[in-house]
Amino acid sequence: MRLTVDPGLCQGHNRCTAVAPDLFDIDDEGYATAIGDVPAGSGELAQLAVDNCPEQAITLHRDA
Amino acid sequence: MGEATLPDGWVGDFDLYDPAYLDEPSSVWRAMREGCPVARSSRRGGAVLPVRHADIAAVARDTATFSSRALEATGPVPRPGNELRMPPITSDPPRHAGERKVLLPLFNRAAVAALEPGTREAAAALVDQVAGRPTVDAADAFARHIPIATIAAMLDLADDDVAQFSTWIVQFLKEGPRDQGARLAAIASITGYFTELVRGQRPVGGGGVVAELLRRRDEESLTEDQIVGMCFLLLVAGIDTTWSAIGSSLWHLAAHPDDRRRLAAEPELLPTAVEELIRVYAPITIARVANAPAEVGGCPVAAGERVLLPWAAANRDPAVFTDPDLVVLDRARNPHLAFGLGIHRCLGSGLARMEIRVALEEWLRRIPEFELDPDRPVTWTGGNVRGPESLWLQIPGSAP
Repeated sequence: MRLTVDPGLCQGHNRCTAVAPDLFDIDDEGYATAIGDVPAGSGELAQLAVDNCPEQAITLHRDA
Repeated sequence: MGEATLPDGWVGDFDLYDPAYLDEPSSVWRAMREGCPVARSSRRGGAVLPVRHADIAAVARDTATFSSRALEATGPVPRPGNELRMPPITSDPPRHAGERKVLLPLFNRAAVAALEPGTREAAAALVDQVAGRPTVDAADAFARHIPIATIAAMLDLADDDVAQFSTWIVQFLKEGPRDQGARLAAIASITGYFTELVRGQRPVGGGGVVAELLRRRDEESLTEDQIVGMCFLLLVAGIDTTWSAIGSSLWHLAAHPDDRRRLAAEPELLPTAVEELIRVYAPITIARVANAPAEVGGCPVAAGERVLLPWAAANRDPAVFTDPDLVVLDRARNPHLAFGLGIHRCLGSGLARMEIRVALEEWLRRIPEFELDPDRPVTWTGGNVRGPESLWLQIPGSAP
């Protein structure tokens, strides 16, 4: 599974890093990037991050 | 949760200050969703009011059609060029992005973490003063002082100026929407103060946002008006918004003993609980002004007309949230819009979250038991910001 953040949609709400701090990096301006490959056992957390993004900027690629 | 009813004549000519709407706007939103989800009004400068999440989000995202040049929920829509400028919130693309970029690092996680000890100290000192009293107005004696202390620290203002700010803020935000004279007087006072700071006619603390903006003035080509406007924004957007959220949260906990006991017993729930409390009690209704004839939720909007975005209405839309009117302290899925949506997402959202969390944590640690004073019911502010104007609480066990 891979997690991606659309930089055109992320507005820096930081909800993703609040629910799944290990799956995202936040830059100095508050914008998020995903670490990419989701570690085994973190699928549910990754989905929670997707579900909590007000901008719908995060995608979980389940077949990647 | 009130019955879903609309005040008489609401859909065709609502009044944002209707007592029923001030008291419980969610029952109005619920009734509108079931009937006509967009209302309009000719009163107080006129406005169009969508309440569905999809309609509110669509307006927030369409910055080309819906300008942020005037954000006031009531009062005459100013002619272009006559607005109160508070960049970047009142700016549209393309000007907006550069102005926002200047401020973003000043609100990042490290900046917020650096302010947390001061906020906690202020909250603890306020709770100490309150804890011995049998009854207290928590809005006046607690909630409002927390963001004032935090923003003053952020601007690195002289201690003597802090009380003065409180007075100006009340004048601008509380009296201003209904008293144009008070509003203009407050704007003149605040603008005058910041102009003196920027011109070096008053001492500026070296550790704050004002000093940082002055240092970066040349590299970012900032004008005096932009810096003064940015300082004005911090004061206006950062204070009664947060104090309203803290007040609404305490009101909820006073009125819902099960939630209060649970949060007092499980403080580790606070970060999630804060998100839920601000979802349900999101204080802000922001405005946009249509640049051209447009449509909101199927209803026509004329060029120059105001559109209101009540974020809490979006947060209570059953199309997006399960049991939307219920506070669920550990709600897992919560993509709320309490801080807005799109390019104007509240710059201070991390700061506000910290302040609300710390305020509730310090309050509950010392005062886990409290309830609403039945003799002095809460009154709510309206317009751009909804929160308890006064919040009389009884604290059992305190000396009478």
